[in-house]
Amino acid sequence: MSLVIFVLLRLAPGNMVDILFSTGGYVSESDKAAIEKELGIDRPIWVQYVDWLRDMATGKLGKSYRYDLPAWELIKPLIPVTVELAVLSTIIAILLGVPTGVISAVRQDTSLDYVLRVFSLAGLSMPSFWLGMVIILALVAWIGWIPPITYVSPAENFKIHLVQFLLPALAVGYRSSALITRITRSALLEVMREDYIRTAWAKGQSGRIVIWRHALKNAMLPVITVIGIEFAFLIGGLVVTETVFNLPGVARFLVQAILWRDYPIVQNIVMFIAIVVVLSNLLVDLLYGWFDPRVRYG
Amino acid sequence: MADKRSTVTGDAIELTLPVGLGLPRVGFGTTIWRFCRRKPLGAAGGLLTLALVVTAVLANFLATQDPIATDAVHTLARPSPQFWLGTDHLGRDIYSRIVHGARVSLIVGVLSTLLGSVLGGLIGLLSGYFGGRIDLISQRVMDILQGLPLLVLALVMSASLGPSIQNVILAISIPIIPRAGRVIRSSVLSIREMQYIEAARGLGIGHLRIAFRHVLPNTIGPFIVLTTAQLGSAILVEAALSFLGVGVPEPYPSWGRMLSVSAAEYAQKAPWLVLFPGIAISLAVFGSNLLGDALRDTLDPRLRGG
Repeated sequence: MSLVIFVLLRLAPGNMVDILFSTGGYVSESDKAAIEKELGIDRPIWVQYVDWLRDMATGKLGKSYRYDLPAWELIKPLIPVTVELAVLSTIIAILLGVPTGVISAVRQDTSLDYVLRVFSLAGLSMPSFWLGMVIILALVAWIGWIPPITYVSPAENFKIHLVQFLLPALAVGYRSSALITRITRSALLEVMREDYIRTAWAKGQSGRIVIWRHALKNAMLPVITVIGIEFAFLIGGLVVTETVFNLPGVARFLVQAILWRDYPIVQNIVMFIAIVVVLSNLLVDLLYGWFDPRVRYG
Repeated sequence: MADKRSTVTGDAIELTLPVGLGLPRVGFGTTIWRFCRRKPLGAAGGLLTLALVVTAVLANFLATQDPIATDAVHTLARPSPQFWLGTDHLGRDIYSRIVHGARVSLIVGVLSTLLGSVLGGLIGLLSGYFGGRIDLISQRVMDILQGLPLLVLALVMSASLGPSIQNVILAISIPIIPRAGRVIRSSVLSIREMQYIEAARGLGIGHLRIAFRHVLPNTIGPFIVLTTAQLGSAILVEAALSFLGVGVPEPYPSWGRMLSVSAAEYAQKAPWLVLFPGIAISLAVFGSNLLGDALRDTLDPRLRGG
């Protein structure tokens, strides 16, 4: 994993020093060599890689080329923003996706089902950054709301903070909810054909209990899998959404660091994202056991 | 068009029995007509995709203005008979840029999807057919590639390779490789165990020849489903990359770049700058998603609804 990330990054034509120089005007060749030496990017690439691996193992995560600060110190304060956004988006996606999926399955092949399916497919088709822009535009046009230019922490003003996060979470969550809707629908349709559901109907159990308690519980496994997979997509979606809504999160910083060729930052953020994805997959595996006692580990 | 011909194979499978009973073979037009009646949403998707292709091909005729020419007099003009969808901050005609942008989106989308699926399909075919160590190694590499969000991977790739259309295509195709590999491998695994493969082995046919001549053609169904489904997300990723400034470079008009920072700045004064390119992206992706869904239902009943 680390090797892949490293190699991909070093393929880049032009390094940090070139970019600094092109923005700063003319600087002599010897100055350029001196800066390259100081940053350690004059050495062979494999030496840089071994260095980076050793640093990671010993907890040193490298210094930002641009800010001359340890990468971790720059990234750490940004994590809560991204995590909050990711969690909020996931909650919105589940709240929006599961019920629509259930309704769509129960009313299979009615016009309501068709409307909901088109609605969810539309969510998959709209770029979340565009949706975000349109939401802002609409709010400005209709209620004269002006988007806060800078990030407001919850301690400063909780209401503004909430609005600031809810809108991008809505834009990202809508997209994620689409997949959840589709999986919920198909999983539920399959479970509803099982014998025990027919038994539940036959003994006169009310429709709500049959669907929500008997059927949905067993239909949840594939849904959880998708939520886990979707989490990785969601982080990808945050990259653009944080940029649109100007939120100082990890994802926006990644874009900036890429444009600056600030490798230590990019490497660390990409590693961080990979770790988050692996952890979310682990969490999904553990949730299986909770939803379906037949699944046992160890 | 490849996807339409595929429905022929799809229906041909269903119709093996009637054909054997001496009923007439159904023609190409009939197959399409049946598909449209059974899957109205899919047909709508096919129509949207067709519209995208036609727009891309006929961009030169459909455009009313030069998509690149700037016009200092008519900056941020409202939609009017002269500028159907208004102009941007440099006075470029939005409508003409969208029409030409269809070309960029389609080329990048189709080529990156094809490149990714063909590479991934080959890896999936070989690793599924031969199994063993090849399978193990290639699957681990796929795991790694798949561990990263599609957009993040494409973003890093495209930034590393530098801005050009070829590099954008390459960057978008790489995250598609593991997805294609998975799909093709799983269908190869089941085909490999079939009796006619055993028979081919018995006839002394070489492994590579069996893999390419006898196994590969039977993965065409999942392959078509996969590529149609990926086309939409490839177009979306291209838009996102261009939006972030690491995608298709100037002067090519790209839908994503039309939405980027400059558009956001003028959005209050000229909402058409933001609205129309986004609608274009959504419709294109929506169309290929609808079509992909319907094709999957028709060609690959095992994956239905998933």
